Amino acid sequence: MRNEPSITPAQVSEHGLSQDEYQTILNVLGREPNLTELGIFSVMWSEHCSYKSSKYWLKTLPTEAPWVICGPGENAGVVDIGDGKAAIFKMESHNHPSFIEPYQGAATGVGGILRDVFTMGARPIANMNALRFGAPEDARTRHLVAGVVAGVGGYGNCVGVPTVGGEVNFDAAYNGNILVNAMTVGLADADRIFYSAAAGIGNPVVYVGSKTGRDGIHGATMASAEFDDATEEKRPTVQVGDPFTEKLLIEACLELMATDAIVAIQDMGAAGLTCSSVEMADKGGVGIDLDIDKVPQRETGMTPYEVMLSESQERMLMVLRPGAEATARAIFDKWQLDFAVVGRVTDSGRFIGRVAGAQVFDIPVRPLVDESPEYERPWVKTPAPQPLASVTAPMTHMAALQALLSGPDLSSRRWVWEQYDNSVMADTVRKPGGDAAIVRIHGSNRGLAIATDCTPRYCLADPHQGGAQAVAEVWRNLTAVGARPLAVTDCLNFGNPERPETMGQFVGCIQGMGAACRELDFPVVSGNVSLYNETHGQAILPTPAIGGIGVLDDLERYADLALSRHDDQLILIGESSGHLGQSIYVRQLLQLQDGPPPPVDLATERRNGDFVRGLIADGTVDTCHDLADGGLLVAAAEMAMAGDIGLDLEGPDEAGFWFGEDQGRYLLAVPGAIVDSILQLAEKRQIPARTVGRTGGQALTLNAGAPISLSELRRSHEAWLPDYMQSA
Amino acid sequence: MKASVIVFPGSNCDRDIQVALANSMGGPVDMVWHGETEMAKTDLIVLPGGFSYGDYLRCGAMSARSPVMREVVARAEQGVAVLGICNGFQILLEAGLLPGALLLNAGRNFVCRDVNIRVENSQTPFTNGYEQGQVLRIPVAHHDGQYFADPDTLVELRAADRIAFRYCGVGGDEDGAAGPRDNPNGSIDDIAGIFNDRKTVLGLMPHPERAADPVHGGTDGRGLLASLVSALA
Repeated sequence: MRNEPSITPAQVSEHGLSQDEYQTILNVLGREPNLTELGIFSVMWSEHCSYKSSKYWLKTLPTEAPWVICGPGENAGVVDIGDGKAAIFKMESHNHPSFIEPYQGAATGVGGILRDVFTMGARPIANMNALRFGAPEDARTRHLVAGVVAGVGGYGNCVGVPTVGGEVNFDAAYNGNILVNAMTVGLADADRIFYSAAAGIGNPVVYVGSKTGRDGIHGATMASAEFDDATEEKRPTVQVGDPFTEKLLIEACLELMATDAIVAIQDMGAAGLTCSSVEMADKGGVGIDLDIDKVPQRETGMTPYEVMLSESQERMLMVLRPGAEATARAIFDKWQLDFAVVGRVTDSGRFIGRVAGAQVFDIPVRPLVDESPEYERPWVKTPAPQPLASVTAPMTHMAALQALLSGPDLSSRRWVWEQYDNSVMADTVRKPGGDAAIVRIHGSNRGLAIATDCTPRYCLADPHQGGAQAVAEVWRNLTAVGARPLAVTDCLNFGNPERPETMGQFVGCIQGMGAACRELDFPVVSGNVSLYNETHGQAILPTPAIGGIGVLDDLERYADLALSRHDDQLILIGESSGHLGQSIYVRQLLQLQDGPPPPVDLATERRNGDFVRGLIADGTVDTCHDLADGGLLVAAAEMAMAGDIGLDLEGPDEAGFWFGEDQGRYLLAVPGAIVDSILQLAEKRQIPARTVGRTGGQALTLNAGAPISLSELRRSHEAWLPDYMQSA
Repeated sequence: MKASVIVFPGSNCDRDIQVALANSMGGPVDMVWHGETEMAKTDLIVLPGGFSYGDYLRCGAMSARSPVMREVVARAEQGVAVLGICNGFQILLEAGLLPGALLLNAGRNFVCRDVNIRVENSQTPFTNGYEQGQVLRIPVAHHDGQYFADPDTLVELRAADRIAFRYCGVGGDEDGAAGPRDNPNGSIDDIAGIFNDRKTVLGLMPHPERAADPVHGGTDGRGLLASLVSALA
C-alpha cells in the first residue's frame, strides 16, 4: 500500500462521514484507510448509496406479487406483462444537480435512469418525469424551468426514447430545492433479464462506454447533504451528459446481450466505478481486482481517488464469460465506444485496486456493504391537521373554473411537453395530456399504460393519507384508460431525516403508501430515496412521487378523456362529499392551506376502479377521466377542451360539489341509450353513480347559467405557461 | 421493389421507417450500416430521422461524410429514389443533394406536435397517392427544422414545382400563408419539404412513419409510402 499522510478529522467530515462511521471503517480495515479508501467508504456509505436513514422503513413496503419477476435491489424492477415479455422500470431523482446546473442536471438524470433500465436487458420504450419548481414569483424559477425542460428533452429526444408524460408543479417550498424525478420504462423478453451479480473466478471485468473524467466527483455525497450558499461552488460536481454516446451504448449493449457473452452487468451511476464494482462483487459473493491504469481516461494525471469516484456518464461495467472478449470488443468497436478489460473476478472477497502493479486500495467487500450504517432515526408523528373552516364561494363557479384553469397549478403544460419527442419509436398510442400515457408493446396489439403522480400538499397535511393518495391516484390514472395496474416505482423526496419532524413525514408517507400498495395489489418493485432536500433549513414538501405501469390487453379497447360524441351523458362515479380541505380551490382562490386532505378509502377505491375498468374492457365505455386536482368541474372542462365538444352540467350549487377533491371518482361520457344500464349496474355493486351533464355545443354551461365558450376557456388555459416563460 | 434504410450512429427513427415501409411494401427492408462502401441494388434509399453523430458540429454534417454517402450520392445521380426524413433531410442538404439549409427553429426550442401540411405537387413518385392540395396531418419533432434558402433558390424551387409540402392551417390556407402556430419552426415560405429537380430526391421535416398506423391516431403518412410502392414496384 502506498504511504500516504494520515487521515485528519477534517477530511473525515469533508467526506460526509461521522466519527462513529469512521471508527467502523477503522474496525473493518484493522488499520487507517488511505485517502482513496476513505473516498470509497464515503460514497458507499453516503445516504444516496446506502439508504442508511431509509432502509429500515423501505423494508415495510410490499414488493411481491405473482407477476413480479424482480423487486427492489437490482438496477430496476421487472414485471411480467404476459406474452413472454417483461416491463423493466424505475424512477430516480436528480434534484441537487438540477438546481445547480438545470440543463445538465436534468439531462444526466434522464441518462442515468435509462441506463438503469437497459442494463437489465430492456430496450427503453418510454420516459416520464415529475418536476417540481419553486413559486412562479421566485427569481430563479423561470430559469430553472427553461433549463430542466430543455435538459430532459435534449437527452431523451436525442436518445430516441419518447417522453410520453409527466407532471410539473410549482410551490414556494421548492424555491431553493427543485425536484427532477425521471422514470424510464423498458421492454425485454421475460427470459432474457440481465442481473448484476458477478460470478466466475478469473472472469474478465470489462469497462465500456465513455472515458472517465474528473466530472461528478462526490455527486453521491452532494446528494446527501443540505444546500447552503457554498452550493454554487459545487458546480464542477455536476456531471455532463452526452446522449449521443448513450444511444450508441444502448445499441451496443443490446447487441451484445443478444449473444451469451455477458455474465453480469451494471451501469456506473452514483459513485461511479466504485459503486458498480462493489455491488457486483457483493451480490456475487466474490472479490474484484481492478487495474486502474486500464480504465479509459479522458484527462491525464488522474489519481486513483479521482478515477474511482468520478461520476462521468455513459459508462457500464460487465463481467464477461471467459473467451467472450473478442466478440464483445468487436461490437463496441463498431459503435466506436471504449472497451477495456480492467480487472478480474477473484475469490478473495476483497475489492483491490492497483496502479502500475502496486495496490492503492484493499477493502473487504462484504463489510463495505453490510457494515454500512443503518439508522432508525427518531421521528415524531405529524400532528393531525385542523379542520377547514366553512368556505364561502368567493366568485361564481364558472369564474372560479376559469381562474383555476388559467393559474399555475392547473394550466396547460403543452409548452413543456411539446419540447419532448413523444412519438419517436412509432408506438405511442396516447400522447401527453391524458390521465396515463399508453405505448404499444412493439409488434403486438397490447399496450403499456404509464402514469406518475403525487400531491405533496396532501402529504404535508397528513403524510399517511398523502402517501396512500399518491399510490391510489396512479392506480386510478391507469384504470381511467382501461389498464390493469401492475406495479409501481417510487421516488421519495424529503428534507433532512435528522429532523424528527421530517422523518415523521417520511414514515407517515411510507405507511400510507404501503397500505395502498397492499390493498390495491400494486407492489413497489423499484425506487430511489432523495433526502436532505433543504436549503437554509427550509425543507421541501414531502414528495413521494409514484410511477406506475399497467397493461392493456387490447389496444382496440382503451379510454380517452376527450369527449368524442354529441348528446352523450356524463356520469359521475364515486361518492362526492364536497371535501374542500387541501383543495386547489381553497389554496388558489382563498389562499387557505387548511384542513385535512381528502381521505382515501382503499376498499372504495378498488371497487370503483374495478367497475370502471370493467366497463372499458368490455367495450361499454371509451371516454373516461379520473377526478383529481380541481375536482369535478375542472375534470369536466378538461374533457370538453380535449374533445372540442361542449357540456351542459347540472348539480347542486355548492363549491364543494364542483371543486371538492374527494377520491376514487371518475367521469364517464356514454351514449344516452346505455346510461340506465350503467347506473343500474353501479347500484347493484353499491357504487355511487349519477348523471351530471350532457355533451354538445361549443360551450360549457353550469345549471343553465351563462356559458363560457370552449375557445375562450382554452385560450386562457393554454396561455399561462408560455406567457410566464416569455415574461422576463 | 427493394428499399434500403441507412443507419448512422445516432439514427433513431430507422426502425420506425423500416416497420412502416415493410407494412406498405409487404416485404422486408434492408438496413445498411453507414460504414459500408457498397450497397446491394435498391429502388429506394431512406435516410431516417434521429440525431446522427449527436447533431454535433452541424445537424447532418458529419453523416453527410459517412462512407456510405458516396454510394448514396452516386445512386441518386443515377435516378434511384432517395427519401430523407427530418435528420435525413438535414443530411441530404449537407450532402448537396438538395439546396438550402435547416436552421434552429424560430421558437428556439425543440418542437414536437402534429402539424398540417399541404401537398404542393402530387405528380411525383413520392406523392402520386395524394390529391393536389390535399392537407395531411403528420407529426414533426425537431430542433433545427427552419428551412432557409436564398431568393434565387426559392424562385427556382417554386418555378420547377420542387416544393413538396407546405405547413398550413387545418383548412389548407389555399389563399395565403400559414398562421403563426401552423408553421412550427419559421420555415421560409412555409416550406416543409422539397424535391431535387428530377423529383427523385425528397427531403421533409415531418415524420410520415409516425402517422402510418391507426394506433398513431392518424394514417396520413401512409400515402407517401404507398406512392413510392406504386411508383417503384
